[in-house]
Amino acid sequence: MPGDNIKKIFENTIVKVIVALAIVGAVSGATLVFVYNYAMPKILVNIARETEKGIKNIFPEAAEINDSEIKGLYDIADDTGKIVGYAFLAEGNGYQGTIKLISGIDANATQLKGMEVLESQETPGLGAEITTKKFKSQFINLSITHPIEYLKNRKPEKDYQIEAITGATISSRAVVNILNKRVEEIRKELKK
Amino acid sequence: MIKDFVKGLWRENPVFVQVLGMCPTLAVTTKCVFGLSMGLATTFVIVSSVVVISTIRKLVPEQVRIPMFTVIIATFVTAADYFLKANFFEISKALGPYIPLIVVNCVILGRAEAFASKHGVARSFLDAFGMGIGFTCALVVLGAVREVLGAGTVFGYPVMWEGFTNWIVMVMPAGAFITLGLLVGVFNIVDKRVKSK
Repeated sequence: MPGDNIKKIFENTIVKVIVALAIVGAVSGATLVFVYNYAMPKILVNIARETEKGIKNIFPEAAEINDSEIKGLYDIADDTGKIVGYAFLAEGNGYQGTIKLISGIDANATQLKGMEVLESQETPGLGAEITTKKFKSQFINLSITHPIEYLKNRKPEKDYQIEAITGATISSRAVVNILNKRVEEIRKELKK
Repeated sequence: MIKDFVKGLWRENPVFVQVLGMCPTLAVTTKCVFGLSMGLATTFVIVSSVVVISTIRKLVPEQVRIPMFTVIIATFVTAADYFLKANFFEISKALGPYIPLIVVNCVILGRAEAFASKHGVARSFLDAFGMGIGFTCALVVLGAVREVLGAGTVFGYPVMWEGFTNWIVMVMPAGAFITLGLLVGVFNIVDKRVKSK
């Protein structure tokens, strides 16, 4: 009888195992497609909103933000349509985990316009001070014709220097290194 | 049946008695709101997975039950992760990798294996819900102690007097161990008092 054969196949453990796993996998995959379709547009909006907020902090005069011709750069224009600078994302290793920054430079690529921390897992009370206004404001109008330098427990003397956070030199250095690396890349791109 | 629910809150509390799921317990309780979010996300995952698992428990071949449970749990974890990213972006960013890591929270697989694979849907649901709420309460209490001493706030509202110096150690990993140890101790003292009465 052919029916017996089919019955036998389904009594076979290996087949049972494969069928069970395949069904669970397929149902789970299908469920996640729905979840993804629901959540992804919202997530993209959240990320875009966060980037825009960061840019507005760095360029208060920004009226228009467009993707630049150079990959990874945003053209910032004021309300007359004149390009006032470029914003960019940068990331690198901090003391703990990745630090993600958004920063901007003026149209001539000679000055940093500011810096905002989007993501970091630095030590609370020490490294996390990189997100405070006191630290961030040092990056406003910082010269970038020379690589940025950090000083320990000393006030900056040159226009490309900042003062590191006491007790969090590694986090301060991480921010400086992330910016230096990215700024150099961008200056090269802009010169072309 | 009500016992199935209540035991997760106190007598078999996943954090203070079973001492399970220590990774999120220690890592995310720097603030009340993080503990609450992690607890609720875990409760959602444990309740949904356990309901599915107890429903299909008779169809699951014994040899592959753990992989099947893991896939089911992982599906709900991914759903929770996307939901938080879409609707509570700031919290999701702060919790970072710890939401996806709910997959490996042993409280969940533990309930699936020890309870849901042997009991009906209703009892499994109550058991999982009790465990989830017990876990959430433990995380909120832990978060409250650490946030008050480490940042002087509860749910972001300042509660300490002016000039209070934050105990930075409380928001660092060491503070998590110190607080958990003390809370487990307090829990045991209270538990003994209650029992001896």
